[in-house]
Amino acid sequence: MSDLMTAGTVTITGHGGNEIEAYCAYPSDAADQPSVVVLHHMPGYDRATKEIVRTFAAYGYAALMPNLHYRYAPGAKAGDAAAAARDAGGVPDEQCLGDVQGAIDVLRARPESNGRVGVIGYCSGGRQSWVVACSLDVDAAVDCYGGRADPGLAPNLRCPLLGLFGKEDQSPSPEDVAAMAAALDANGKSYEFHSYDGAGHAFFSVDRPMYNLEAAKDGWKRIWAFYGVHLKGE
Amino acid sequence: MCTYLTTTAPVAGSAYAGDDWFAVNRAVVYFDHPQDAALDHALCIDVWGTGERVAVELDATSARALAEAILATLDSDEVAALT
Repeated sequence: MSDLMTAGTVTITGHGGNEIEAYCAYPSDAADQPSVVVLHHMPGYDRATKEIVRTFAAYGYAALMPNLHYRYAPGAKAGDAAAAARDAGGVPDEQCLGDVQGAIDVLRARPESNGRVGVIGYCSGGRQSWVVACSLDVDAAVDCYGGRADPGLAPNLRCPLLGLFGKEDQSPSPEDVAAMAAALDANGKSYEFHSYDGAGHAFFSVDRPMYNLEAAKDGWKRIWAFYGVHLKGE
Repeated sequence: MCTYLTTTAPVAGSAYAGDDWFAVNRAVVYFDHPQDAALDHALCIDVWGTGERVAVELDATSARALAEAILATLDSDEVAALT
C-alpha cells in the first residue's frame, strides 16, 4: 500500500431519505477493500473521531462515519450539533439505524468494496453498534464501552461481536458486561469480550483524561484481529 | 460512562456570545463527557436562545460552588426585597 487515502466530508442519504453529512476515509490504491461504519460518541462528529476514521483507512479499511447529529444543526460545529441533539431529547435508535443503513449502502456500492461491512462505536456509539448488530445486515460489530445496551436484544444478534470494556467503568459496569455475556451465551451467539484492568470509560480517547495506553494498544490489536478474520477473510 | 442525565429549565433573560447579546429561553443542564474541559465528566450548561447558545463545562466542585453562589445571591435580604 502507498498509504495514500481520500478523506473528507461527503453527503449520504440517511433515515427517512434525509441528506446528512458523513466523514469518509478511503484507501486510495487497494482493491477488495473491507468497510467499517464508525459511530461517534455523545460529544459528536468531532476531530478525535475523524482521526479514528482515518486510522481505519490507514489499515486498509474504507471507513465512513455518519454525523448522527447533523439534522439538529446542519453545518454547525460538532459541539453545537451535539448540544442541539441533546436539547431535542437525543437520537432515536430508529433514526440512527436509518443513517447507518445509508452508510452501509454507500460502502457496499463502492467498486473497491469486497462486500463486507463492519460497524464500530464508542461510548453511546458502542450501544448503537450493539443495536445495529441486532438489527441490520453487517458482517461484524465492535462495541467499545457502550453503556445501557439492552441484553434483551441478544436473540437478534446477526453477526460476530467484539466487546472492549474497562473494569473501572460504571456504565457498562463489569456486572453489565457479565449480564450481556450471559445473554449471548444463553442464545448461542458468537462473541469475544475483553475487559481491561485499570481502565475506565473511553480509554481509546487520546484527547481525554480517560485515555489508557495499555488498554488502547491492546484494544486496537483486538480490533485488527477481529476485523481481519470477519471483514478481510484472513 | 455516558450518563445521558439531562434536565431542562425554562429561563428568561439574555446571554452574550462574543458578538452580541441574544434572548434566552431555556437552560439544558447535564453531567456527561465535556467537549473541551480536561475532565472525564463535567457539569455542562447550555443556555439556549433561538438556535444560539452559550455553554460552560465545569468540574463538579466548581459547579456546586456556582449553584451555591447563585442561590446565596438570590436569597440575600437585599435581592429578596427586589424579587
